[in-house]
Amino acid sequence: MHRSAPHLRPRHDVPRLMQTVLLALVPGALAMIWLFGWGVLLNILLCAATALATEALMLRLRSRPVAPVLGDHSAVLAAVLLALCLPPLLPWWIPVLGTFFAIVFGKHVYGGLGFNPFNPAMLGYVFLLVSFPGIMVLWPAPELGPSGLLQTLMASSNMARIDMVSGATPLDGLKTALAAGTPIDALRNGIGLFSLHQDSDWLLINGLFLVGGLYLLRRRLIAWQIPLGVLLGLTLPALAAWIIAPTQFADPLFHLFAGGAMLGAFFVATDPVSAATTPLGRLYYGLGIGILIWVIRCWGGYPDGVAFAVLLMNLAAPLLDRLCRPRIEGQP
Amino acid sequence: MTSIIRERIRDGLWRDNPALVQLLGLCPLLAVTGTLINGLALGIATLLVLLGSSTVVSLIRHQVRPEIRIAVFVLIIASLVTAVELLMSAWFHELYQVLGIFVPLIVTNCAILGRAEAFASRQPPVVAALDGLMMGLGFCAVLVLLGGMRELLGHGTLLRGAEFLFGPWASILEIQILPLDDGLLLALLPPGAFIGLGLLLATKNWLDQRRAQRPSGVTQPVSPTPHSS
Repeated sequence: MHRSAPHLRPRHDVPRLMQTVLLALVPGALAMIWLFGWGVLLNILLCAATALATEALMLRLRSRPVAPVLGDHSAVLAAVLLALCLPPLLPWWIPVLGTFFAIVFGKHVYGGLGFNPFNPAMLGYVFLLVSFPGIMVLWPAPELGPSGLLQTLMASSNMARIDMVSGATPLDGLKTALAAGTPIDALRNGIGLFSLHQDSDWLLINGLFLVGGLYLLRRRLIAWQIPLGVLLGLTLPALAAWIIAPTQFADPLFHLFAGGAMLGAFFVATDPVSAATTPLGRLYYGLGIGILIWVIRCWGGYPDGVAFAVLLMNLAAPLLDRLCRPRIEGQP
Repeated sequence: MTSIIRERIRDGLWRDNPALVQLLGLCPLLAVTGTLINGLALGIATLLVLLGSSTVVSLIRHQVRPEIRIAVFVLIIASLVTAVELLMSAWFHELYQVLGIFVPLIVTNCAILGRAEAFASRQPPVVAALDGLMMGLGFCAVLVLLGGMRELLGHGTLLRGAEFLFGPWASILEIQILPLDDGLLLALLPPGAFIGLGLLLATKNWLDQRRAQRPSGVTQPVSPTPHSS
């Protein structure tokens, strides 16, 4: 920028924005590491390293300058978001493959940061989920406690297959119980209003991501319409269904604090590139994501629906922006 | 005459390839290329129909009134497809069952009607037959390539199911190339077909561009794709 004139500094540049978002992810990520063990940290490191290497490679192939783009932290942010969706104790090549796909096919094929119609992190996650449906839903059972560093490294390098008591996330538990015909009230053994959560792990993780998201809102780094829309879109149908048939549908508080709801609402859906950009469009975009999450959770084949919901609404974002374009003053 | 022949060959296989440049007939292309052998089988069936339809359409081009030509073309193509379908059902029954609805659907392959309307109905039979053969070969090559890519990533093998096409001895042809327990399921699902075709298109355009940029004296015509123009 030229120094002489009294230019206004832009409030946010891309590196600082990405840094702050990464910072806001720290509490939730720390909780996940604490609860699920070293595997989460290993996933984050693997994904971040792969993202940087892939980004550098793709920039080189496209003959673009490498250093400034690598320094904007956008690849690292996408990698961390992807890593936080992955279960721990995966063989090392799964996070690497997913991140590679996310950066190459989610980002650079379309022309790099700012041109990608889909959220790269969610594209990478869905790629892995669709490709390896068995292993991608294996969350270690909480009663086993976090696995040690050595155990994690052995699982990662494929040396030993760790016996994992299969995914006991609250969403899985609910789905299994409903499929078996158990009424929901039989599952209530948790804490007060959040009694549907079999254990407090996911409650804590979602709570901390909510805190991080509120920090971003306070710094005005993300548009408030999107998280509000997602949370409303998830709450309203869940509330209606719960009032009508409380034995078959989980209450809205359960949905808000289960799975990737908070991470999705505040960190994934708010990606400024792939989200809608008009104020009203953002609200509809968020509502769409929330409703789709609820629908996929209730009737879909996969345990959680955040990634699919975000990708579907990414598709609709340009249309929403077109429909919600603000009226130009003086024109009909 | 040789220049015409050379041009037909180059158009069909590369410069005007039905799958990679005209982007016609994508429905079977994307649907049946789960394995190399499936792609090859459908490719051969399409090739036979295309060869026959181009020849017949060219032979009757002076007798057909232009008002009803499309209907006549479709009738010819449908008869040929029925013949190919019955032949397949008789001799390659397992394969016929694997390919299912996509064998009769060759009728709707727009590459075939497109060649009949745009080329064969205006050219003498020999040229039209050569064009049909080359376009069919080009289409078949893309089917085989895409099928091979998807099979390699999805199963880690190549030529799986060769016994359906070449008889029982051919089951030894199956080669395990990648040691995969469970491969990349995505490659076998429809998105894998779209991504694979996109990669093939990108590769072709990239090769064309590189050739166009090379400052050699060879006068290679630039491919008529939007990216390289």
